[in-house]
Amino acid sequence: MFVTNASRGLPRHRSRYPAERYTRWALRALTVLLVLATLWLVVAFHLRGQWMFSLLFLVLGASLAIVFGKRQLMSHRYIFPALAGMGVFVIFPLVYTIGISFSNYSSSNLLSEERVRAQFLDQTYQAEGQAFDFALYRDGDRVRLYLEGESGELDAELEGQRQLLSAPLSLQADEPTRRLTVEPVEAPPSGEPLPMRALIANRALMQALTLETPDGTELSMAGLRSFAPMLPRFEANPDGSLTDLRDDTTLTPDQETGFFVTEDGERLTPGWPVAVGLENYTKIFTDPDIRGPFLQIFFWTFAFAGMTVAFTLAVGFVLASLLQWDQLRGKAIYRTLLILPYAVPAFISILIFKGMFNQNHGEINLILQNLFGISPDWFTDPALARTMLLIVNTWLGYPYMLLLCMGLIQSIPRDLYEASAVDGGGPLTNMLHITLPLILKPLTPLLIAAFAFNFNNFVLIALLTGGKPDILGASTPAGTTDLLVSYTYRIAFQDAGQQFGLAAAIATLIFLLVVGLSWLNLRLSKVKV
Amino acid sequence: MAMVQPRSIRARKLGAHLALLGFVSLVVFPLLLVISISFREGNFATGSLIPERFSLEHWALAFGIPWERADGTVVQPPFPVMLWLWNSIKVAVASSLMILALSTTSAYAFARMRFSGKAPILKGMLIFQMFPAVLSLVALYALFDRLGQLVPWLGLNTHGALILASLGAVALHIWTIKGYFESIDGSLEEAAMVDGASTWQAFRHILLPLSVPILMVVFILAFIMSIMEYPMASVLLLDEDKLTLAVGAQQYLAEHNQRWGDFAAAAVLSGLPITLAFLLCQRWIAGGLTAGGVKG
Repeated sequence: MFVTNASRGLPRHRSRYPAERYTRWALRALTVLLVLATLWLVVAFHLRGQWMFSLLFLVLGASLAIVFGKRQLMSHRYIFPALAGMGVFVIFPLVYTIGISFSNYSSSNLLSEERVRAQFLDQTYQAEGQAFDFALYRDGDRVRLYLEGESGELDAELEGQRQLLSAPLSLQADEPTRRLTVEPVEAPPSGEPLPMRALIANRALMQALTLETPDGTELSMAGLRSFAPMLPRFEANPDGSLTDLRDDTTLTPDQETGFFVTEDGERLTPGWPVAVGLENYTKIFTDPDIRGPFLQIFFWTFAFAGMTVAFTLAVGFVLASLLQWDQLRGKAIYRTLLILPYAVPAFISILIFKGMFNQNHGEINLILQNLFGISPDWFTDPALARTMLLIVNTWLGYPYMLLLCMGLIQSIPRDLYEASAVDGGGPLTNMLHITLPLILKPLTPLLIAAFAFNFNNFVLIALLTGGKPDILGASTPAGTTDLLVSYTYRIAFQDAGQQFGLAAAIATLIFLLVVGLSWLNLRLSKVKV
Repeated sequence: MAMVQPRSIRARKLGAHLALLGFVSLVVFPLLLVISISFREGNFATGSLIPERFSLEHWALAFGIPWERADGTVVQPPFPVMLWLWNSIKVAVASSLMILALSTTSAYAFARMRFSGKAPILKGMLIFQMFPAVLSLVALYALFDRLGQLVPWLGLNTHGALILASLGAVALHIWTIKGYFESIDGSLEEAAMVDGASTWQAFRHILLPLSVPILMVVFILAFIMSIMEYPMASVLLLDEDKLTLAVGAQQYLAEHNQRWGDFAAAAVLSGLPITLAFLLCQRWIAGGLTAGGVKG
């Protein structure tokens, strides 16, 4: 343990070696560059109105500048990168998740209010009763569109102009033209218009076409023979509301719900995220369509984690007791083979079990069919699906317990067993009255950690059952084998509504549980630092 | 060594061997089965552990080579397994190198230096590492979505995002390396510093060369963890040619079209190297498991 000169506040000498001096300058330049880069992010996020992210990078950039700018903080420079990584990718997401849980952030309330307003103002509608008749005229190897606003029942004019002619358009080009300018003319172009047949043949091209007049009005195809001007549908009012130009009604922004609301109270999507207070939490505990599945999943999560720890510990402990028996030969081979489930990547072994448990042609049902004539529905019956999860998770998890128990058993003094043998104690007595009590105490914090891990064992559920079979009558996607984490994941990413707010609220509840567990863990293990 | 021996020792030993063998066969059965299936013909073939109709079809497909069956039909590889494996390795190497750099430097500071806030930071890291990333997926998704609008190579559907996101999981590695550094006597570095070396030079030229074994172990551990990472990759990556193996492999066993044989070959191909690497450094892994909780 030593104290650096810098943190004592002693001056640093100018290095005698040019290479070292250059390195120092390069590091300073790098620091300045990184600070500037984060500042750019701060400004960019601020301009987009995303103050949470702006704040994140402000804190990051400022601490970077302070830690690498002050010589007294030399030691902190060593830990800064790791802490920054944890801060940005563990602690910030945690805080942000808690923040989202108090909002209605979802697929219908995704964009910021300005973006939603801009989207509404971009909307156009085709003016009814105003259409230009159009025809195609050949112009060299290309064609021009001629629009006329006074033939037959069609009646239209743009700034007093009733006759318009487009720029030349190629019908054979590889890249179809999307926009074309039109100019007012006095008379139709010379020559005969192309026949109806040519119009029909090029209908798709025409439909994708937008014509633009000199003053910026856009026209698009309204019928097989007509183009109509596109008019902006909404107009912004100074008080923040929008006027629907089609029927002259007013849309008012509702900051309580995050939607524009029509005069008769109808909400228009998309909306924007607004704070809704505790609504997501009250929904979890009062809405019967959510509360029922939530509670069911909640209890199953506890049962799953508890039973997994119990089963894996039982198997691991018995095997460890067997393997520590001095007179047993071939222990190294047994040990390696028994650890295999831990060594095979989980995403592969879980999928292997998924295939083996397949109801129709999986190996397990084939064996059961041949031996007992039964063929259980592992994936459609809730109880069997849960059993399967526990079997697979015990297979996956016992090697961890085996390794832990073996390590701990080694530290038990041998003369205890000697004394027990003198007194006539058998292996069962040894196991239950010497080994178990002695390793249980150091094992407890690790068991709590294992409980917390299995409590959040997302990969197993996602790859094996995906939470199915589903709970009937739930308004969110919820399955009988879902754990709270996979439930959260499905609400956020697999549901059409993508209710991020609700998912974040459940995630926050899990955070609280994990905080409790890790506090317990830290108390019990008495970590010294 | 126990000196007092009961008489029935021989029967008991036999019983122990039988019990262990029985359990081992249960454990190894799925793994042997998959190897066997990867050599069977077709995707629904059943049969004994030693394939009756030996075929390299699934292996050829796993390597991305179209396979011509006996009846003349040519089977195209269903998924770009090698590309997925390559993606996984790319992401894993990049992220484990960065994790190694970050955790080594901070472990050095935690092991050798005295500074304000050391104990709370170390404890805090232990607590925060218990929060799985899967719980903050919504926030991470939003973060990379917004970041990607400004910096395209860090947005959704990029490997850059996945690599960066893995930097949150350094706490465990810092504890492992810190424990190793503390087991090395600091007098060598102090001698070097008396002779005029800076802190960084003492770390770089004295301590690091002495710690190569633990750095290897942490690198392999971080590599394996990154290869097996599923939740983050499943949210951040979207296109088929961007997927990592952990996310892509499940497509073999989609609900209505299970390619059991093709999956088996791909699983053995990608799982074997990782399994071997894990078995090779299991001694340190087992040590690291208990280090955090027991020794302290």
